[in-house]
Amino acid sequence: MITYQIRLFGIAREIVGQSWLAWETEKPLRAGELQAALQAHYPDLGRLASLLLAVNAEYAQGDEWLQPEDELALIPPVSGG
Amino acid sequence: MENITFSKAELERYSRHLIIPEFNIEGQRKLKAARVLVVGSGGLGSPLLLYLAAAGVGTLGIVDFDVVDESNLQRQVLFGREDVGRPKVEAARDRLQSLNPHIQILTYNTPLTSDNALDIIKDFDVVADGTDNFPTRYLVNDACVLLDKPNVYASIFRFEGQASVFNFRNAKGEPGPNYRDLYPTPPPPDLVPSCAEGGVIGVLPGIMGSLQANEVIKVITGVGEPLSGRFFLFDAASFETRILKIRRNPKNPLNGEHPTQTGLIDYQDFCGVGQADESPQGQVKSITVQELQKLRESQADFQLIDVREPYEYEIAHLQGDLMPLGQLDAHLDKISSSKQVVVHCRSGKRSAEAIRHLEQKYGFANLYNLEGGILAWADQIDPSLAKY
Repeated sequence: MITYQIRLFGIAREIVGQSWLAWETEKPLRAGELQAALQAHYPDLGRLASLLLAVNAEYAQGDEWLQPEDELALIPPVSGG
Repeated sequence: MENITFSKAELERYSRHLIIPEFNIEGQRKLKAARVLVVGSGGLGSPLLLYLAAAGVGTLGIVDFDVVDESNLQRQVLFGREDVGRPKVEAARDRLQSLNPHIQILTYNTPLTSDNALDIIKDFDVVADGTDNFPTRYLVNDACVLLDKPNVYASIFRFEGQASVFNFRNAKGEPGPNYRDLYPTPPPPDLVPSCAEGGVIGVLPGIMGSLQANEVIKVITGVGEPLSGRFFLFDAASFETRILKIRRNPKNPLNGEHPTQTGLIDYQDFCGVGQADESPQGQVKSITVQELQKLRESQADFQLIDVREPYEYEIAHLQGDLMPLGQLDAHLDKISSSKQVVVHCRSGKRSAEAIRHLEQKYGFANLYNLEGGILAWADQIDPSLAKY
């Protein structure tokens, strides 16, 4: 079992209901697979067509393999001014 | 630049800039020669305008259509009680001109729209985006990319702030990432609230707008390293900061490897704002999603045309023939003039526009607009389809 720790920002935090999320999987995931799994599990996350996943302070391209110790963050757009 | 000179009063006013070795009178000259447009004079716009005026930016443009409201004063430090009810651009001009009479203030008391954005922005060197809604964020970004202007960006929500310098050309002349590289498409309008709906801690726009002002000054003077190719995140509640490395996306519809968008679009429609409450679908023939479903089931010989952008098609589609609205004329030979043709987009607005265009310019009489677009299809026919 692998556990990924994900920091949630903005509306992602509202949708999930907490600012950190622990996500358990059987096998290692790529960044895009984790994002897809989260978006499938939380339908309102799935409605965000553009959602930024950061892996170790870098905008993930989607195909990078994730390590349990990676610093992950889910960053939706915000529009306030 | 040598023809930019300063009066004694100006030299005294700017003396704390002039004695910074790497800034000096050269930096001050560049500020005085610069033209900066601030879009939105609200929470972010307040510190932006105050600091840019104080710093001596020679020409400041302000776009805002709003009037000062009592609820603005919690964070919009540009305004005072006596300004409540006044147009923001007028109150801002008076305040800034009293702060610094040596600069020129240009006001645009209008919403920034696809019709006026290029005209207004083209005469400025740098744009600072302090707007409060997604349609205008995408509009400002796209206009800056099309006009090749740096876009100094910040945005806020409750305790969180984001900032970056978009579309900034480095010393080699290569453009940096822009907003569309990060967020190609907007969220559904009901999902991400604005400050008015979601709230914001008053000091946060003060922090983020001040960072923006600092980036504007760096972009103009060339002093320091602008926040280009990087994305700054701040959580004021936990005091966490992050700086993410960001890159250009080859699929960017404006300046990726295969650009599909060569002009401004309808950003209200793009962001799904105000659909269904207006009647832009009037005057063209239309069919409902239920009627389209029957057409499909009956194996009728008809054509389905999708006038959205390819990156929207990627999110969800109905297997229609993709012909983006802006490129319709190039696809004329692929549009049937004999059988029934159903045209759709996201909400039904762009497809109505497409039909009006094809009817008026080429005399088509066989075109039907899909009411409510692919969103209605997702709502009423196929709930597994992604709504965006």
